[in-house]
Amino acid sequence: MEKAKKRRFGLIATIILALAIVLGLFWAQQTVAHNAKHQDTLTRVKKSGKIVWGTKADTKLFGLMDTKTGQSEGFDVDMAKAVTKQIGKQIGEKLTPSFVTVSTASKIQLLKNTNIDGVFGVMTITPERAKIVDFSQPYFPAGQSLLVKKDSGIKSVNDLNDPSKTVLVVVGTTAAQNIKKFAPKAKTIALQDYASAMQALKAGQGQAISTDNAILYGLATENPDYQVVGGTLTNGPYGAAFDHDQKPMVDQVNQAINTMKKNGVYNQLIKKWFGQVPGLDWHDLEVHE
Amino acid sequence: MSLFEQNFSVFLQGFGHTLLASIFALVGSLILGTIFAIMQVTNSRTARSIGNIYVQVFRNIPLLIITLFFYLAVAKVIKMTGFTAGTIALTLYTSAFIAESVRAGILSIEAGQMEGARANGLTFGQAMRVIILPQAFKVAIPSLGNQFINLVKNSSILAFVGGLDLMYQGNIVAANSFDTFTTYIIIGLFYLVITLPLSYYIQHLEHKLKKNA
Repeated sequence: MEKAKKRRFGLIATIILALAIVLGLFWAQQTVAHNAKHQDTLTRVKKSGKIVWGTKADTKLFGLMDTKTGQSEGFDVDMAKAVTKQIGKQIGEKLTPSFVTVSTASKIQLLKNTNIDGVFGVMTITPERAKIVDFSQPYFPAGQSLLVKKDSGIKSVNDLNDPSKTVLVVVGTTAAQNIKKFAPKAKTIALQDYASAMQALKAGQGQAISTDNAILYGLATENPDYQVVGGTLTNGPYGAAFDHDQKPMVDQVNQAINTMKKNGVYNQLIKKWFGQVPGLDWHDLEVHE
Repeated sequence: MSLFEQNFSVFLQGFGHTLLASIFALVGSLILGTIFAIMQVTNSRTARSIGNIYVQVFRNIPLLIITLFFYLAVAKVIKMTGFTAGTIALTLYTSAFIAESVRAGILSIEAGQMEGARANGLTFGQAMRVIILPQAFKVAIPSLGNQFINLVKNSSILAFVGGLDLMYQGNIVAANSFDTFTTYIIIGLFYLVITLPLSYYIQHLEHKLKKNA
């Protein structure tokens, strides 16, 4: 190619690329604006006849993927199923639950993008989160605790408050933020999920995992060399989460949970999932109204 | 923007770790890659097969698995942080690709040059260093550039093992601020701060060497 031709080709290519980028940005902005617009979850649920729940796939007892069926199983999953059924009765329509696996980091974004309608995902109710999403009433009484090796000699969070100690947490959990208050001198390393945190603890990358007792009991069930110590540092019950300003949907869910607590469905699920956990008296979790 | 200002020190810390890991891995993988490339073109069958096995192993296993191997398994024997484990894994993984680029460069030089050098009394090592490698690198530069840019982006693997890099800090900021979109855009721009100058430098090098040729 001669020089002038080459230059013209370069110029045209640059213009096309620039146009593509500008159009792409424009489209992205439109999509974001569209997603930000208020969409009523309950209306959407009624229209589609199903509730899409985000649940965890890596959390024993609450939402753990069964590799044979490819479905998550646990207390959260069963709660979501029961709540869906109950809401169906309340609004007089047949609703089916469907499930999407979410991670601790992705669940709020997925709610905001309306990829999912609600989350049952071991999610602690906090004031900061309540500004971004709507929470149902608490459905599980959890609190932050510690998991350590049985022969480690660590008895409480005070034993970890030392620069030589590393506490493992999971990105995006309330425990990740709280541990700095309870053990300000300790180093913290945030990992992607509970399975990685457990592996890292076993490999000696840290001396303890700190997160909700409910999850730690699940990890201790699978790893008998490890135990939960130090009682609960915080009181952080779990709630189901929805997009912001979804009062109609949240009201339905709260009513459903109330009914389930009264008619015994809730206690059945508690017994099913927490009846066999070593070191935990599941009767403490039962609700009597 | 307030997200950027509030978390500036966090981003900067991540940027520093990413830059450091990239520099270590870049130097390390260039040295290792060249050694294994030369091993693959020697006359010794043992050296050739060792070089070949090394390249095949590290080129064909996902980087995440190599990283987790160092973080979870090797760390039980030799204490190392996530940063160290990630940087070592990144170095080994990239060196396999660099070995292939350099080997291709060496093979593009006519066999006659090596024969001539040897006939004039140079040892294999001397001939490689003075005659073959300088020409081979010239040929390999575009493909090496690709590997270096991939290396910088692949350093985000450190996030999976608590390596304190840009991606790790980004994940934490995104989780705490709930503003995933903005956070990852900022993180992306930080990566560009490293990769764009690197791209230009490689291009510049390419042009310069072409002129000299």
